[in-house]
Parts: sequence; C-alpha cells; structure tokens
Amino acid sequence: MKTLAQAAAALASGQTTSEALTSDCLRRAKADPFKAFLALDETNALAAAKASDTRRREGRALGALDGIPVSLKDNILTEGLATTAGSRMLEGFRPPYDATVTARLKAAGAVVLGKTNLDEFGMGSSTENSAFHETRNPLDPARTPGGSSGGSAASVAAGLCFGSLGTDTGGSIRQPAAFTGLVGLKPSWGRVSRFGVVAYASSLDQVGPLAHTVEDAATLLSVIEGVDAADATSSSAPKTDLSSLRAGVKGLRVGLPKEFFVEGMDPEVASSVRAAAETLRSLGATVEEVSLPHTRYALATYYVIAPCEASSNLGRYDGVRFGHRTNDARSLKALYENSRAEGFGPEVKRRIMLGTFALSAGYADAYYRKAQQVRALIRRDYEQVFQRVDVVLSATSPVLPWRLGEKLDDPLAMYLMDVLTLPCNLAGLPGLSLPCGRASNGLPIGAQLLGRPFDEATVLKAAYALETALGLQFAATGGASTHAAR
Amino acid sequence: MKLTEQQVLHVAKLARLALTPEEVSTFKRQLSAILDAVDELAQVDASTAPRAPSGPEGLAHLRVDVVHGEVGTQTALANAPQVSGSSFAIPKVLE
Repeated sequence: MKTLAQAAAALASGQTTSEALTSDCLRRAKADPFKAFLALDETNALAAAKASDTRRREGRALGALDGIPVSLKDNILTEGLATTAGSRMLEGFRPPYDATVTARLKAAGAVVLGKTNLDEFGMGSSTENSAFHETRNPLDPARTPGGSSGGSAASVAAGLCFGSLGTDTGGSIRQPAAFTGLVGLKPSWGRVSRFGVVAYASSLDQVGPLAHTVEDAATLLSVIEGVDAADATSSSAPKTDLSSLRAGVKGLRVGLPKEFFVEGMDPEVASSVRAAAETLRSLGATVEEVSLPHTRYALATYYVIAPCEASSNLGRYDGVRFGHRTNDARSLKALYENSRAEGFGPEVKRRIMLGTFALSAGYADAYYRKAQQVRALIRRDYEQVFQRVDVVLSATSPVLPWRLGEKLDDPLAMYLMDVLTLPCNLAGLPGLSLPCGRASNGLPIGAQLLGRPFDEATVLKAAYALETALGLQFAATGGASTHAAR
Repeated sequence: MKLTEQQVLHVAKLARLALTPEEVSTFKRQLSAILDAVDELAQVDASTAPRAPSGPEGLAHLRVDVVHGEVGTQTALANAPQVSGSSFAIPKVLE
C-alpha cells in the first residue's frame, strides 16, 4: 500500500495496525538512503500508534488520519521534540509547545514519526542549504528533491510515511512535490494557522500538505485548516467543501497564462503542461489563454519583500533567550553579532543583508515600498483573470530536477527557479502541484493549478479530475515506496 | 545598483552580523548582482496600484485579551544558553 487512503482503509478493515505501519515506517526511515529526516521520534510515535490501535479496538477511531504515520517539516514546532529549521542557530532547541497544525494532526490521531530536512529557515529551492545534510530525490538520488520542503517530499516519495506537512513561502511545497512526483498544496494565505511555525516571511508563509494523491492532500488539509485564536492572520472563512472533489470539470473555465511559458523553459515541461490543458478540455473544461502582465516582475518583487520580512523575523535570534550563543561575547554587541554570524548559514545571511538594505534609510521607498505596490498590481492581475476563468494552469517549475551541486554557486540562478511559483504567494492564492507528465529521462513534470482566494475546493476538484485521467505513477529507486500489509 | 564595501559593512552593522573580510567581498558581489536584477521594479508604473493588502479576507477577529496557555518561567528558560536564577543572563552592559 502506498497512499494515505489505502493505509486508512487497511486500518479500518483490520488488515493492519497502526503499530505495524509505524514500525515499518520507522524501520525504513532509519535505513533511508535519501536522508529525508533530521530527527525521528520513535518512542512517542510507537506510543501514539498503540493508543490509536486501542481506540480502534474499542470502537473509538477518530477518522481518516487516526493511526496514520506522517512527517513534519522541521520548521513546525513539536513539543519536546527538537526543531531546528535546518539551522545551527536552533540546534538542540526543544519547543515548549506544539504548533497549531501539529496539535491538530495529533488530535486527529495522526502518528508524528519525526522531522524532515529543509533549506535553512525555508530559504532555498533544493534542500542543499540545510546546515545538517542534503536530501536526495528518491526518484533519482543524484538529483535534488527540490526545496525548501525537500525532506517532506522525499519522506513521502520514498514511502517512509503516508503524508507530510511542509511550508511554502515562494513555492517550497509545490516545487518539491513536482520534483518527486507528488501532490503538494499551498493553501490560501490565512487558510491554515501559522502559530508555532518558524517565521520566514509572514505575509507569504503558509503550511500545507504533500501526499501521493489529491484525495490524500485534501484529507490532510481538512484536518489542519481553519481559524485559530493564536494566529490573528488566520481566516474565519468556512472550511474547504470537499463534497465536489469527484464532480468532474465539465464547464470549468481554465486559463493558460501566456507569461508562464517563460524563456529557458524545458520544452518537455511546456509540452506536458499544454497536453494537460488538452486533457482538461477533453473532460469538458474550456481552456483559454489569459494574460497576467505583471508576472515578469514577481521574482524581483518577491526577492525584495521576502528578505525584508526575513530580516525582521530573524531579528529574534540574538543568542539570549534560545538558540546558538557564541563563546566570543565580550560585550552585548559582540554577543549579538557573533552569535548570529556563527549560527546562520550563507543563504540566510545573504537574505538578512538584502532585506536590511532594502529597508534601510534612503532605500526603503525605492525597494520595499515599490515592491509592495507591484505586489498589489500582481494581485489585481489575478483578480481580473479570475473574473473570466475558475483556475489558472501552468508548469510548477520551468525545469526538471537538477543535479545536486549544480546551482549552488550562483544564488541568482537558484532564485530564477522559483519564477512560476512566487506569484501565488504574492497574491495569497491557493496553489497545487500535481504530476502531469513523465520526461524522457523518467523524471516527473509538475503542473500547477491556482485558484481564487479560499477556493481550494475548485483547485482540488480540477486536480482530482486531471490526476484520474492521467493515471501517472512514480516509484522510488529500489522499489522502496510501497508497504506490504501485515 | 552596485554596493560598496562600506555599504556592505553598514548593512551588516544594522543587521547585527559579524562578517569576515571574505564574506564582505562575496556579499558585495552577490548583493550587487541581486539588486541589479530587482532594479527592474523601477520600470513599473505603479501609479494605479491599489493600496497594498494588509491581511487575508475575513480578517476581523481579535481575540479577547486574556492570558492563557502561558509556558511558565522554568519552561521559558529551558532553551536559554545561560540563565541566572529566574532570568536570562547576558554579558555586562555597563562597566
């Protein structure tokens, strides 16, 4: 068995137990050649599994997630279990409380196996910026699983768990999903609580699921979404209505934005996305070309706004209350400057520097304020397009997964890889990536579907129809991606 | 926009980051290249831009200002690099 739904059915029918599934996942995770995890929580995971089995025996099972082994990106707080955000700065940090999403998963009976690798503080597109180790793509270990939620993607793609939560600030759920043949959903900004999630860029960050299928992603979303008194930016919008998930796309209006077929795009990616549009058309949707004219400025806008917010959010790491403290602290100023110099990696320092500059006296108007204005124009582009269409279809990444090490020396080249995923965050929209094709080298190609704010239901419905019609399957190397029933 | 070494050092001071001479030189080159790329924002006519959004749809709930779920002193201090009694300890500020 491979999917969360299959595991849930096997638990419900008594074909297996949570303890058996959890033990199997832990055994695989300990031998994982792709290095998806930063930490495993064996004792608590097995205890949670046994508690789930007891509930089920007594007829008190909690729902679709009860007893299901899952993983969490290591920037999501887990009470008592080390949370590092992939940074030396937080090495050894044990959170005093659970993030709201962690608490909601646990309350639904999910078994948290451990914490997955990421680019430090979520800053990167390949999981090579982790302070601890890189993670490999289970579909081709010479290549990146994408990032920054690369460990979450690898943990699901390699069959080490049945679903994972990642975070997405500029594509960090969708791009790893595209690179590992998974479904990844970045919910609308405000859909999911950010309480207890290590902040990178607060106006862009969202938590969301990575899973094998659209249905599995929808199941995870339904557990984590909804207003949270601890996060004043969480929305009180009604929860996602999943009753139309299988309703099909007859009459759905799909927009294909011409600006998303960018220069330098892999031709196999472009043709695969156009083929996906034709598939939707054959299922009864209408497809039309649309224009989002400010798309070309999204990259520049993002790489001003995100670093500005990061420079402010990461100001809290001062070596005083938690996190790394230098041994070279002759003065309070030296304590701050040396703790931060020793605790942060190069990409984090680069973004803090960039954000600090863009907010500094004399430059804030030209950079930060201008970027906010352009962001508003990008958002308006989408408002106008969504008057004509229901979803927007594009590629998730302009390229296929690259080889590890290939882009490490040039930060700007790495930033360019995010060009198709950033606008969704800037506009606060829901965005989903799902496999839409297989390249000639066997690697997956991801399609991205964007919807109106808080209209995850339509995005999921379109994705479900496309997934069903395409029937694509990807297997980890070594055939490690399926679990035998007990 | 090309940054000078002095600008890099000034920004590092604002950001409370001690940089090595190699980092100053690397950041001068890399940040200048990134700023060159983002300088295209200057071309955008933003005169018709709507006011920047400040929150998600339906954001109108402020919770009641009541303390709850507090972690307690010992828990709050548990991750501190150095403590003194019930306080976080830092180097002397005044000689």
